[in-house]
Amino acid sequence: MTETLLEIDHLSVDYETGRGDLKALRDITFNVNKGEIVGIVGESGCGKSTLISSILRLTAPNTRFREGEIRFKGQDLLQASDRQMRDLRGADISIVFQDPMQTHNPVLTIGQQMLDIQHRSKQSKADKLAHAAKMLGAVGIPDPEARLKQYPHEFSGGMRQRIAIAMALMSEPDLLIADEPTTALDATLEVQIIERLQELQREFHCAILFISHHLGVIAELCDRVVVMYAGAVVESGEVREIFHDPKHPYTRRLIECDPGHIKERARVLPTIPGEVPDLANLPGGCIFRDRCDQAMARCATDVPPLDQLKEGHHAACWLNHEEVTT
Amino acid sequence: MLNFATRRFGLSLLILFVAVTVMFLMIRAVPGDPVQIMLGPRATPELQAQLTAALGLDQPIWKQLLIFYGNLLQGDLGTDVFSGRAVTDIVFQQLPYTLELIFASILWSATLGIGLGAYAAAHPNTLIDRIAAAISVSFVAAPAFVVALLALLVFAVHLQWFPAIGAGDGFLDRLDHLVLPAFAIGLSWVGYIARLVRASMLEVMGESHVRTARAFGIAERRVVMVYALRIAILPVVTVIGVGMGFLLSSAVFAEIVFARPGLGKLVIDSITTRNYPIVMGSVLISTALFVVSTALADLINALLDPRARTAH
Ligand SMILES: Nc1ncnc2c1ncn2[C@@H]1O[C@H](COP(=O)(O)OP(=O)(O)OP(=O)(O)O)[C@@H](O)[C@H]1O
Ligand code: SF4
Ligand SMILES: [Mg+2]
Repeated sequence: MTETLLEIDHLSVDYETGRGDLKALRDITFNVNKGEIVGIVGESGCGKSTLISSILRLTAPNTRFREGEIRFKGQDLLQASDRQMRDLRGADISIVFQDPMQTHNPVLTIGQQMLDIQHRSKQSKADKLAHAAKMLGAVGIPDPEARLKQYPHEFSGGMRQRIAIAMALMSEPDLLIADEPTTALDATLEVQIIERLQELQREFHCAILFISHHLGVIAELCDRVVVMYAGAVVESGEVREIFHDPKHPYTRRLIECDPGHIKERARVLPTIPGEVPDLANLPGGCIFRDRCDQAMARCATDVPPLDQLKEGHHAACWLNHEEVTT
Repeated sequence: MLNFATRRFGLSLLILFVAVTVMFLMIRAVPGDPVQIMLGPRATPELQAQLTAALGLDQPIWKQLLIFYGNLLQGDLGTDVFSGRAVTDIVFQQLPYTLELIFASILWSATLGIGLGAYAAAHPNTLIDRIAAAISVSFVAAPAFVVALLALLVFAVHLQWFPAIGAGDGFLDRLDHLVLPAFAIGLSWVGYIARLVRASMLEVMGESHVRTARAFGIAERRVVMVYALRIAILPVVTVIGVGMGFLLSSAVFAEIVFARPGLGKLVIDSITTRNYPIVMGSVLISTALFVVSTALADLINALLDPRARTAH
């Protein structure tokens, strides 16, 4: 039943900058199974966008893949040829990028852009346009045929976000990656989009990698969740497990601040006192140490490994180690 | 779109009016009595008075201006002081030579400049990019009259590949006569446009919508040529439109060096002889050319960029 679709395996990614290498991702490991919805949550700057852009190799030019593999259906994407990557993009894997206001080409009509992305299809232009209109209808854009003739700036942010989702689903990908697709929307629209995503997921059976600031949305939508902090995974597991019994102080703080109700959302991710470590100059020991109220001597010297605590539940904190708790 | 065009047209008329009025006043501020210069030192006072009256120079300046605009509205720009021919005839006879020269210069320099800039941006920091940058910089630094003189010496006098002077008769002959002057005027634009396109292209290529296009596996050639270039050339259109004034002044040099007929040569000749009606007529047409080209650039931009249509 659970067939693995995407495996991120000990992935480390740096950005080369003027002040040295910024270690944006370190030793990231997790899986996405077929048809499953996995959420990624974490504060701004923790590397969520870097991670998902790495999957399609669409990162900034100063990116360096240092270590690890990204396997999709068994194939390592970091070793794939440019041609192989192009064949995957928008076919097997689709992305909805973070900022809906910048994501479409400003001088081409939505219809033209939706035509262009069907470049692999052998259908006639009229059929492709009909397909595009149908997809816009499916994400709740009224009067889709007429709106295909309009330009991006003639749509609201929420509509552009839905258009981006429609475009990503058009090819019925095996994996849909959505980078904070609801952050730009108000709460009611957010609920609508989430429900629409659930319906579409049931209809197209794609796996979804869903990134959000908002724990409530993750709780509502996802099967499993990966909690990231400062470029590393600090906890991952089933949504119910994590919300019930978080095993990392960072996750606990997140849940305390945002108890996971989709309708009462925290506008921004809750603020936890203390500073995120400098990624270009990481201290030794646990990266959460400066902000953790349960830190011990050991936390300053040794990096806690991401250990499996139960079947499918991982966390990186010394509190879970028996020598300490007893 | 229509609305935009109407407003743009109104603005053009206003600019034209202001520019022509200023020019009218300025040329009357040039020191020295024009009638004396035209007639020479030995003219009788009666003759001078006669010409002064004929040119309307005995009237107060506001009245001269009113008469000028009154005539202009009837399509009358006055008559040449020396030959008595209608100024409109003379100016419109010279206009095509200048227009073909400017058009040819823009055409070749924009095509090459955009190509060079887009190629450099698609392959940043490669050897070809660096060569293109070096060529661009040296082209930008080359003033039109120097290039014109060198081109004349090398390609016309020495190698005799192209004719040295005149504008030619018949289509192919005219084209042949266009090559060197258009080369001289366009050369600095190639470098300028290439650098502009490269910078603008690099910026656009870094924008999120380009990443989106790539994320759908759209062919890189289409991403560069359609998704990015269409946005990146917007500033080039504006620069060419506004650069019309600059092109016109380069055309003056080229017309003198290559002894080509044209507006530039006409203006210079008539200023030295204080042939007011001809000066005003040529200035009016040149200004109109400038105003029309900036308006045209705005319209082309509006056609290329849907945001510009609603933003005004
Ligand atoms: N091209 C780049 N060069 C250098 N540093 C970068 C680059 N892109 C991102 N970063 C840095 O890398 C870190 C991770 O950025 P990323 O955009 O992946 O975070 P994020 O989790 O998506 O944040 P947000 O929630 O704000 O979208 C941040 O510190 C960011 O400033
Ligand atoms: S390892 Fe130590 S510092 Fe890090 S989260 Fe656990 S208790 Fe806190
Ligand atoms: Mg992000």
